[in-house]
Amino acid sequence: MKLSTVFNRRGLLALLAGTVVATQAPLPASADALATIEKDKVVRIAVPQDFPPFGTVGSDMQPQGYDVDMAKLIAEKLGVKLELVPVTSANRIPYLQTNKVDLVISSLGKNAERAKVIDFSEAYAPFFNGVFGPADVAVKDTKDLSGKTVGVTRGAIEDLELTKIAPSDVTIKRYEDNNGTISAFLSGQVDLVATGNVVAAAIIAKNPPKKPEIKFLIKNSPCYIGLNKDEPALLAKVNEIIAAAKKDGSLDAISQKWLGAKLPADL
Amino acid sequence: MHYTFDFGWLLEYWPVLLKGIGITVELTLVGGVLGVSLGVACAWARALGPGWLRPIVTAYVEMIRNTPFLIQLFFIFFGLPALGIRMNELEAANLAMVINLGAYGCEIIRAGIQATPKGQFEAGASLGMSRIQTFWHVILIPALQRIWPALSSQIVIVMLGSAAVSQIAAEDLTFAANFIQSRTFRAFEAYFVTTLIYLALAVLLRQLLRGVGWTIFPRRGAASRAR
Repeated sequence: MKLSTVFNRRGLLALLAGTVVATQAPLPASADALATIEKDKVVRIAVPQDFPPFGTVGSDMQPQGYDVDMAKLIAEKLGVKLELVPVTSANRIPYLQTNKVDLVISSLGKNAERAKVIDFSEAYAPFFNGVFGPADVAVKDTKDLSGKTVGVTRGAIEDLELTKIAPSDVTIKRYEDNNGTISAFLSGQVDLVATGNVVAAAIIAKNPPKKPEIKFLIKNSPCYIGLNKDEPALLAKVNEIIAAAKKDGSLDAISQKWLGAKLPADL
Repeated sequence: MHYTFDFGWLLEYWPVLLKGIGITVELTLVGGVLGVSLGVACAWARALGPGWLRPIVTAYVEMIRNTPFLIQLFFIFFGLPALGIRMNELEAANLAMVINLGAYGCEIIRAGIQATPKGQFEAGASLGMSRIQTFWHVILIPALQRIWPALSSQIVIVMLGSAAVSQIAAEDLTFAANFIQSRTFRAFEAYFVTTLIYLALAVLLRQLLRGVGWTIFPRRGAASRAR
């Protein structure tokens, strides 16, 4: 009797698969992710693909954006190959928890709920909304808005916040969508706009005569790199890379490239 | 369906609606009066004006009647500042409505003028009326009387079309509806109430225009009824 008739191929595969599953199952929780990355010479990073300018697919079908450049920087500094994993904002944390990726660089904001299930690095990208205007308009806080005309996108968080905090003699012009708000600013129909730094970056990318500069913040929620809990070695390494990139100006360069402005001083 | 209708927001937001109604009425009055005036001038130019003026007016009328109102509005509000002509949203909305009604009104009024038999011009002249008197009494007033229902409808259309001005942040009735909808998320109720207000405004405007017709053409109205 041949061996193959007893252990036919399918049975053998099943047996092997069982062994593999058995040995891999405890890995995500216990193994040192940094050691694994260094052993495999590859880091798997979740990036967005539908959220410009953080992550989109370029005309050459390659992913591009702030988060993609950040992922490249991390991989380069770790000295390993980069494997980009496109995710959506809904599945980026599950991808991390199920060990499909080592890091999430996907314009991830920090909040208490997320902090219960994953860890966060230092902030690597600015994400805020505030009041923007050209350099020659002197505005430092809400009081200075007095008598000015501010454009917002109707119903956006900036609209709701600004309506609450603005003095009564501020004229708030509410446009139907971000394009209306951008057009109103560019054509000089409003002195200032209240919007997100990403929208301001989109205006700056058009290279207009009047560049929107941040005057004051309404809400600040910078982006962090997400990683699994209990990975102190990886966390320390990632933080070390971010700190070095902030110091040597390479993060400033990424910010300048995708957001049209240097990193804010407080990041 | 698990939707509970809630009109409670009316308590908080009725000033927004009221302001919106005010702006819509203002736009309609200014647009209506100036638009019909522009329409009369253009109709005169196209039907009886000097030869050099006709192609200019024709070009204006065709350009406005063959492009969307929203684009005209965007061009005036967002486009013209590039040429140094900056208007606020109400000025831009008023101008767009006057220009729009002027073009449509022109064609309606011209139809009325051209329906006037030529013999009436000559009759006016033979009675010793001046050219202006002839134009006013013999040509324009009877022409307006003929096309008044059509012109009234066009004015109502322009009023309803003014909903587009909310797109340049002019705070008309439609803006108020969108504003309330985006604060309360009560889409059905907000647009339902707005629909009723527009309906009431349109009915009122038609009655107003009918009344205007009666005052402008009193004797002729009596004469045509007697006929």
